[in-house]
Order: sequence, then C-alpha cells, then structure tokens
Amino acid sequence: MTHLLRARPAEVAVALAILLFLGLFLVWPVATVIWVAFTEKGTGAFTLVNFADFARTDLFVRSFWNSIYVSAMAVVVASAFAIPLAYLTSRYTFAGSPVIQVLGFLPLIMPPFVGAVALQLLFGRNGSLNLLLDDWLGFKIPFMEGLNGVVFVQAIHYFPFILINLSAALANIDRSMEEAAQNLGSSGFRLFRRIVFPLAMPGYIAGASLVFVKVFDDLATPLLLNVKDMLAPQAYLRVTSIGIADPMGYVISVVLIVTSVAAMWLSSLATRGADYATVQRGGGGLAKRSLTRTESVIAYGVVALILLLVLAPHIGLLLLSFATVWSFSPLPDAFTTAHYARVLGESSLYIKNTLIYASLAGLIDVMVGTAIAWLVLRTKLIGRTALDWIASAALAIPGVVLGIGYLRAYYGIELWGGRPAATLWVVIVLALAIRRLPYALRASHAALQQVSISLEEAAENLGANRRRTLRRIVVPLMTGGLAAGFVTSFATAAVELSATLMLVQSNADAPLAYGLYVFMQSPAGRGAGAALGVIAVVIVAATTILSQILVERDRRLKAGRS
Amino acid sequence: MSTMDTTLPAGNTRKAAALSIENVSLAYGEQRVLNDISLDVRPGEFFALLGPSGCGKTTLLRLVAGFARADSGRVSIDGQDISHLAPWMRDVGMVFQNYALWPHMNVARNVAFGLEERRIRRPEIARRVNDALDLVGMSGLAARKPSQLSGGQQQRVALARTIAIEPRILLLDEPLSNLDAKLRVQVRRELRELQQRLGLTTILVTHDQEEANTICDRVAVMNDGVIRQVGVPAEIYQHPRDPFVANFLGSANILSGRMVDAGGQRVFETEGGARLAIPTGRAVGSGDRVFFRPQDASLTATGQALPGHADIAGTIAFREFLGSSVRYSVQAGGDTLSIDVPFHSGDTLRAIGEAVTVAIPLQHVRWLNG
Repeated sequence: MTHLLRARPAEVAVALAILLFLGLFLVWPVATVIWVAFTEKGTGAFTLVNFADFARTDLFVRSFWNSIYVSAMAVVVASAFAIPLAYLTSRYTFAGSPVIQVLGFLPLIMPPFVGAVALQLLFGRNGSLNLLLDDWLGFKIPFMEGLNGVVFVQAIHYFPFILINLSAALANIDRSMEEAAQNLGSSGFRLFRRIVFPLAMPGYIAGASLVFVKVFDDLATPLLLNVKDMLAPQAYLRVTSIGIADPMGYVISVVLIVTSVAAMWLSSLATRGADYATVQRGGGGLAKRSLTRTESVIAYGVVALILLLVLAPHIGLLLLSFATVWSFSPLPDAFTTAHYARVLGESSLYIKNTLIYASLAGLIDVMVGTAIAWLVLRTKLIGRTALDWIASAALAIPGVVLGIGYLRAYYGIELWGGRPAATLWVVIVLALAIRRLPYALRASHAALQQVSISLEEAAENLGANRRRTLRRIVVPLMTGGLAAGFVTSFATAAVELSATLMLVQSNADAPLAYGLYVFMQSPAGRGAGAALGVIAVVIVAATTILSQILVERDRRLKAGRS
Repeated sequence: MSTMDTTLPAGNTRKAAALSIENVSLAYGEQRVLNDISLDVRPGEFFALLGPSGCGKTTLLRLVAGFARADSGRVSIDGQDISHLAPWMRDVGMVFQNYALWPHMNVARNVAFGLEERRIRRPEIARRVNDALDLVGMSGLAARKPSQLSGGQQQRVALARTIAIEPRILLLDEPLSNLDAKLRVQVRRELRELQQRLGLTTILVTHDQEEANTICDRVAVMNDGVIRQVGVPAEIYQHPRDPFVANFLGSANILSGRMVDAGGQRVFETEGGARLAIPTGRAVGSGDRVFFRPQDASLTATGQALPGHADIAGTIAFREFLGSSVRYSVQAGGDTLSIDVPFHSGDTLRAIGEAVTVAIPLQHVRWLNG
C-alpha cells in the first residue's frame, strides 16, 4: 500500500509543469496587478492612497454603480426572458420546445458587442423600429439609450445561461417530490411556490450569478455603444490612454476582481447545502400537462416574441453585411457583396489568426485540463486540489484584468532586438487559454469521471500496464468529452475580445474579434465588420453544432456500452 | 437506531375506511397495464399487492392516489367515488419508494407540510408533528435536513409525514426496498405494529412474497395487469389457483402431463416421461399440472412405497446444504424436482447419483390448470 501512496516521478513532473504554467500565466500577472494597485508609484511602498483616489473620483464611483446597475438589470431582464421559457418546457408538453432549445443557443454564438451594432440599427434612436414607430404612431422607444442599451444587449445575449441552468434544475427535480406534495394536499401555485421553486433555486442562482459576473466584466459592448462610464471600459481607457504606469487601471482591476469573487461567493452562499441532487434519486422532471387553447396562444406568443428579439441581432448583422448604405431608414438602401470580398481578401488575415489562436488555446486547455483532472482524480499527490483550485480561479479574473496583468508583467521582459515579450502573438494565445481553462477543466474532469476506475483495474488485471491502460482504455473513453471540451474552448476563444483588446500590438497579429471591433468603430467600416461578424457567427455556430454532435455521439456510445 | 415507540396511544381517532376498486382498466397506447381489476380492501386491513416488476401493482397504487387515471372503472372509499378527484383532494396518504422528502425543508417542516396545506392552526400543527415523529421514534431529529439522515431514518420521516395528515387510506410503495436486509426485518415488524395501533386501512406494494406474507392480512397476487388470486397468505401458499401463483409464493414443483391408466394403477405421466404413481382408493383432482411444495415430499430408498403417498422414481442430481435443511435436486425422466429434507445434527446426506423414490402425501398434491 505504501508504494501506491508515494508519488511517482511522472506525477511530480506533470504537477510541476502545470504549476509553472499557471504561475507564469495566471498567478504572476494577476499578482502584479494587485501589487501595483496597493503600492506607491515609483517607490513600491505599500499604500491605500490609490484606493482613496478611486473613492474620491466621481467618475470611478459613478462607473462602479453604473456597472452594478447594468449587471443587476441585465439579470432581471434576462430572467424575464428565461423563466417563462424554462417553465413552459419543463411543465407542459409544448410543440415549441425544440424552438426554445435553439433559442437557448442562438445568442451565444454571437459576441455581444457584434450584436450591439446590429441592435443599434434595429432598435436605436434612428433604428428601423423607432423610424417605423415614429412614422405610424409619432413616438419612439429609447431601447438603446445609455446604460439601458447595454442592459438590453447583454440581457438578450446572456439570458441562455439562466435558461439552461434553470431548465436543468427543473428537469432534475424528481417527480415524486411534486407528487408527495399533491398527495399531502398541495396544488397549483402553492405547490410551485413551496416545492418546485425552492428546488429549482440553486440552478437559477447559478445562472443568474454567471450573467451578473459576465456583464460586469464585459468591456467591448459598452465601448461599442459608446458608454464609457462603466468600470471595465474605464480600466481599459486608463491603461491605453494614460499608460501602463498609471495605478488607477490596476485599482479598477482589483475592484473588478473583488466584485466578481463577491458575486460568486454570494451565490455559493445562497445555494450552500442545497446540493439536492444527492437526495433525489429518480429525476425525470415534473409531470407534464398539455396546454389549453388560450394557454397555447399565450405560449406561442411569448416564444415568438422572444425568438424575434433573439434573432434581431442576427438579422441586423446579416442585412448590414450586405448593405451598401444603411442609415436613417428601416432597411438598407441597396445590397452588395463587396464587404465579403473585402473581408475575405485583405482582411482574411484576421480569420487565419483566429483559427490559429483559438486552436492552440483549445489544445493547451484540453491538455492542461486533462492533466489536472488526472492528478486530482487518479493520484494521491499532495497539493493536487490546489492546482484544480488555481486553474478554476481564472473564472473570477475578468479578461481586461488579465490583459492588463500580461502587459505589466511581460512588458519589462525584453527579447531579441529589445522587443518586449508582451508584444508577441503567443501571449494572446496564452491569455485565451487561461481564460477558457476553467471550462475545459470541468469538461476533462467530467470525461475522466465517467471512466469508472474499475474499467482501468480490469485492464490492469488482464495484463495492461499503466501506460497501455491509459492509451487503450482511458483515452478512447475520454475522447468524446475531450473533443467537446476542445471545441467549446475553440468556439469561445474565437470571439473573445476583452483580454485580446489589451494585448494586440499590431494589426498583423490581430484576431477576428479585434478586427471586428476596429471595423465597427467607424460607420464606413461597419459593412465589412458585419461581414466579418457573420463569418465569426458561422465559425462558432459550426463548431458548437460539432461539439453537440460529439457529446451526443459520446453519450450514445456510453449508453450502448453499459 | 431508535425503534418506534409502541407505548403511545393511537393518534388516529377516525373510523377505518374501506376501499373498493371496480372493473378498473388502464392502457398506455397499445400496452395494457391494468386489465379489469376489481378488489375490495376491508376497513383496518393491511393489504398487499404482490407481483413481479411490471405487473401493474405500482400503477394500481398510483391510481388510488390519483396519479394515474383509469380508462374505465371506479375507485371508491366508503362508497364515495373518488375516481375523478385530484390527488390533493383525496386524503389518501402515500409513502413513496424513494421517500420523496423535500431536501430544502428539515424533518419537522416536511412533516408539517400536509397539515399546513390543510390550514390547520399552528399550535395544533406543532402538536401533531410531534405526535407523528414520536410515533416513528424520530422526535429527536426534527431539525435535521433529509440529507443528514440514514435511509431508515428517511423512511420513518416519510411515514410520519404521511400519517400526520391522518389519511383515510395509507399507501406504501415498496417501503422496504431501499433498506438493508437486517433493517428490513425490523422495520416490517414495526410497520405492522404501527398499522395495528392506528387501525389504518393500508395497502402495501411489493415484489417480495416474504414481505407480503409476514405483515399483511391479505394478499393480491398480480401478473400482467391482472389479479391472479386474493387471499390470506397461508391459504394462497397452500392452495394456489395457477402455476404462476404457486411459483411466485415460493419454491414449487410443477409437473405437466396427463393421467393414464397403467394396468389398473393410476399414473400421472409427465411430458418429460416421468411417472407419478397415485395410490388407489382416493379421489384426485383434475388438471394438466401437478403441484407440490419441496418440504411436503420425502425421500425413501427405491421400491419402498408408502401408503397414502404418491411416488415417483428418480436419481439425486445435485444437493445444496442449507443448514436447517438439505435441498436435493432429483432427476425424474426429463423433469427435475426439488425436495427439502429437514437436517438434524448427525444426519448423513444422500449421495449424488443415488436412486431414490420421492414420496408425497396425496393430500399435499394439487392439480392445477396451466
């Protein structure tokens, strides 16, 4: 037994390599940010003056509350979209359920800042809807004005997080939970309030806190909507306009981290002890009813309305990508394919860069994720859970903060010819990999967990050594899950912008999301930007569908095996 | 584990109810789940629905609780038709197989739930929750969450939650299936005592004949959506109506064949070629199957016919030493018979291959129709 507990050299080597990777590309940059925020410029002495400055500066305080307001309201509006849809699919036999499934996935394939431009054209002050409203009814609705515009865009983009989590929670409720309540005399809304709602609460809170944090950290959407007095844009603007020596960008970064961590901590506090899955054995979801005629009309109405909203950015983007001029009119004046020609010609570099960066990031994620999962699940190495914890902590680090950290940490390191390390394109890849690592880690963890240890022991019992067991049993069984993890990392890295925005130093190194952002800044570039956006959506959609297919195939394979 | 407190007076002052199921049928699409079921459960009776999985017993229970709708027929309690009542209007308490304790409420809140739904005053609720938890020996754990309880404790809470509302009928869906073997024996005795004290009409669903036989007054054996036989456990055991019931209630030797006349001697000749000699001068039943229990037969040396016994010749093919008895498998033609012989210290076992005669007292041989 003792020799089993003793760490083998291979385990130690893998653990050290991961530790080095995380230390260099996650811990050090973030620590640098925190260090700068708490030290005096020039001397390096500990100080809280920077935070006092933050609290004294009207712009920053306003930005902070604006960010809180936008995030909270985005949760409220996203809930208004998600809750009816989740309830509808889990409670009723509803022919529109597949449509709702698509609804839950369509927004996520388009980066929110891309959708922002399209929504501006459709719902903005002089967008299609308001022009029509003004013509017919003589008034306009300010969907896209100021902070509310950001709320509107973010809610449409992020409501699937709540929908997916809440639906899963509802589907996990054992039917007997509901039946026991009915058996004891409960029904209708009381039953919902006392049993169904509390049981689904952990799922809802998980989704809602995710939306809050994502919106709080998002940089590009407010910038594109020309909202600058929010925290993430302020951090970006400070560092890019005043310089990486100015401490305020770092102070804001610390505030961003603290708020993200606080939001996650609060949500875990609220759901503590609520891991109901362990008590509920059956699952199977609530008993489904069929809709009455009136209910059907209402249900289809709600779904159609939300579908229209969700499709709006996609439709807008598509129209824009083919439009010659689209301004002060409900529809474009004329159509052209010139934008695509331009994007696929001179700007195809963006696409190539993105494919390289996202593939490399995905590959790094799957490798590091699998190694950590293996250490955690299959070895007794001391400190293995710490690795897991550090890698997962990347969740709480906003992209803009990571970007600032990389700049500060690696700008001073000069490579050949005096070129700072921070300007290498590899840095972008590493930032993307770190940002996506927590998700890939969870995927690897789940994939490895599905490989029952007895399957490995059976192989060893029949004469396969550890390496051959790994190759012949573990890896084949994990492949589906890992491929899905890679594809997810790839798809999200392909449209990631917040860290990238800080790190792109030359146009030649820029990925698609950056190019999009640059194009979208000027009215003249919007057509090309939209075309690039459509290409991004197609890439992400294709890879997402691919990952769904992989997951589904893997599930069927496993189901067939047992 | 604390045991259920048996010194408390019965909490239920209501008169026990009678349940009547009349001509109930239920099909899911093409599949017939219940086929013209009729059943009467008497007031205060502990009644079991016994059958293999998929026989429709749980569906029948859920039908009584209102979670399934019959295509035809009616269910009534004390003559009142409840077929069209919603589950929450029925006052029929059900203990779920997985207990279905709500994980977000503690034990006391779980038990109070049904009383709260009945808009009972707070002090009264507190008293009845206490009584119910006392009754199952769980009052010390009222503040625990279900996840902090063992399987047996969860089951007691589920029971307390159901009896707290003083239901007209108590339904138990495989109540012992999630408990380990030792606990099962203890809990089933406690269930019986509790039921007797409350005088509650109770229906238990189980696939375990031992469970049904030990605690129930009467049993309905079900298969393929049909009730095969209803009766007192010992009666059905001795007088099964068909081979399915005979087999389901315990080990049974069932031989298929027909009576032939072999030179004045009556012989039951099996399809496998074995010959069961029937002594003359006694009446025999009719049917194409002959049935007897392993412990009713005895083994003798070949050729020794016992008076008043049916006998059949064979050889010992296999034996299993069970402690209090030895089970011999006797090969007789194409048939294999199981014979249990009581074992006393000092006995010697018969050898494999030994030729023997199986002798069964004629009153223990039954004729069935397959």
